[in-house]
Amino acid sequence: MSLEAREISFAYDRSHPLLDGFSLSVAAGERVAIVASSGAGKTTLCRILAGYIAPHAGSVLVDGADLAAADPRSPRPVQLIWQHPEQAFDPRMRMGHSLAEGTGERSKEQALARACTDGLLDAFGIRSEWLSRYPHELSGGELMRFCIARALLARPRYLICDEISAMLDAVTQAEVWHALLDCVDGTGLGLVIVSHAPALLDQVATRRVPLVPA
Amino acid sequence: MTRQGECAGCAPGFGAENAVPHARHRDAEFHHHHSHASTSHHSGDHHLLAIEHLTVSFDMYDSDAPFFAAERRSHEQLHGLSLSVHEGEVLAVVGASGSGKSLLADAIMGLYEPNACVTGTIWFDGELMDAKKLPQLRGRGISFVPQSVEHLDPLMRVGDQIIGACARADRDLRRQRMRAFMEAYGLDASVERMYPYELSGGMARRVLLICALMDEPRLIVADEPTPGLDLDIAVHAVEDLRTFADGGGGVLLITHDIDLALTVADRVAVFHGGTIVEETSASSFASPDTLRHPFSRALWRAMPQHGFAVPDGSADGGCA
Repeated sequence: MSLEAREISFAYDRSHPLLDGFSLSVAAGERVAIVASSGAGKTTLCRILAGYIAPHAGSVLVDGADLAAADPRSPRPVQLIWQHPEQAFDPRMRMGHSLAEGTGERSKEQALARACTDGLLDAFGIRSEWLSRYPHELSGGELMRFCIARALLARPRYLICDEISAMLDAVTQAEVWHALLDCVDGTGLGLVIVSHAPALLDQVATRRVPLVPA
Repeated sequence: MTRQGECAGCAPGFGAENAVPHARHRDAEFHHHHSHASTSHHSGDHHLLAIEHLTVSFDMYDSDAPFFAAERRSHEQLHGLSLSVHEGEVLAVVGASGSGKSLLADAIMGLYEPNACVTGTIWFDGELMDAKKLPQLRGRGISFVPQSVEHLDPLMRVGDQIIGACARADRDLRRQRMRAFMEAYGLDASVERMYPYELSGGMARRVLLICALMDEPRLIVADEPTPGLDLDIAVHAVEDLRTFADGGGGVLLITHDIDLALTVADRVAVFHGGTIVEETSASSFASPDTLRHPFSRALWRAMPQHGFAVPDGSADGGCA
């Protein structure tokens, strides 16, 4: 049971490969931090692991099955929480719709009811009146709570957290991370964490993997 | 003109707690709602920027009422905020994202929304300001460093933007000034010919800072200059502000990143619930015992290196 990247290579520009034969294995329940300097390809790796872009060589395996062959009609087993929450929502869609969008449920009402019974709204301090608002009517910290709840609502087996608390103040950062770790605890959900704050990684990660530029 | 922003002898009108002659202000001594850092000084016997009881409210239609029956309501966003910036220091304003810190920057720059109601007093360099005088100071005393590269004109070369609109006679002089700044801040001469989309995040930050420095400001107001930047670039960006302060200017650094703020700031003003709850020396953040307000202590305890603790009863979400 693991999320496995096997010999992944990727380049935006052929003469400058970004990832060259990178391998990573994240066991269920593990919280792995990816550590690298700016521009080394952390976010690119996150997108590859979540299946948003295909690697030029190598493959991503989720519990033994190739991610590229996953059923496109069901929610993805690896969910990515994007770095900029203000860019992660449809600006013309109310937050309730956005939250319910990525789930396997038939209707928005069913999805939101499950968000309630799963305790996701409570855990992340999402107020019910926010559900009828548009993204620009919420602050960055409030949007980030929605991003995490939306990813968890899809019941992923692995969660990729790309700088999810860089734009939050210390108190909100602690709140959001505690809520996330409480949700993850005991579910066997594997986490890949990208952050530039070493002190934060000391608190939340169980292992660190350096990403060396190719 | 009243000169209540003065510190010497602490003019009547300030509380009795302030009745301390300015010459005796010492590090960590509490006066005018704040305590000093070792580098703070009052040149000309007043603060570079002093804000007293600033209140900003917005006139809006009641969002809960039916559309046509909605009445206008006033929403107060900043309540009785006071702070001061001395020459040669960096004052960091830290607080939650989305809590209204940027309104403070808008108020100082004299940028008011049509439905805003702003009250309070602002002194700049000992002079009492009003809604007419503040906009005149933009670029002539107070410069603003905005948050993102999106504040640059995407269709104009960087060099032309830095030089800005000026009389033809001044153009060469300003070009020389720009080149000196670009060299000082490690920007290649080729950057002058680039368009904003060709800049990296760190380069764009420097361009915005140089834009601010071109007009020889006394005070720089920087609003969230670092989110989205990697740590090394972010540290560079704030160190550039530090350099400016060391040259005798004042910096008001608005940020949510307390770690970063503590690396450069002399003093920290903690913003919570629409006001400044505490204004203190950065060294007070060495331990929670030297912080006065409960929110400052909560902020300290929530930092990952200090236990990562969540204050009680802060999450209040739920199902309808």
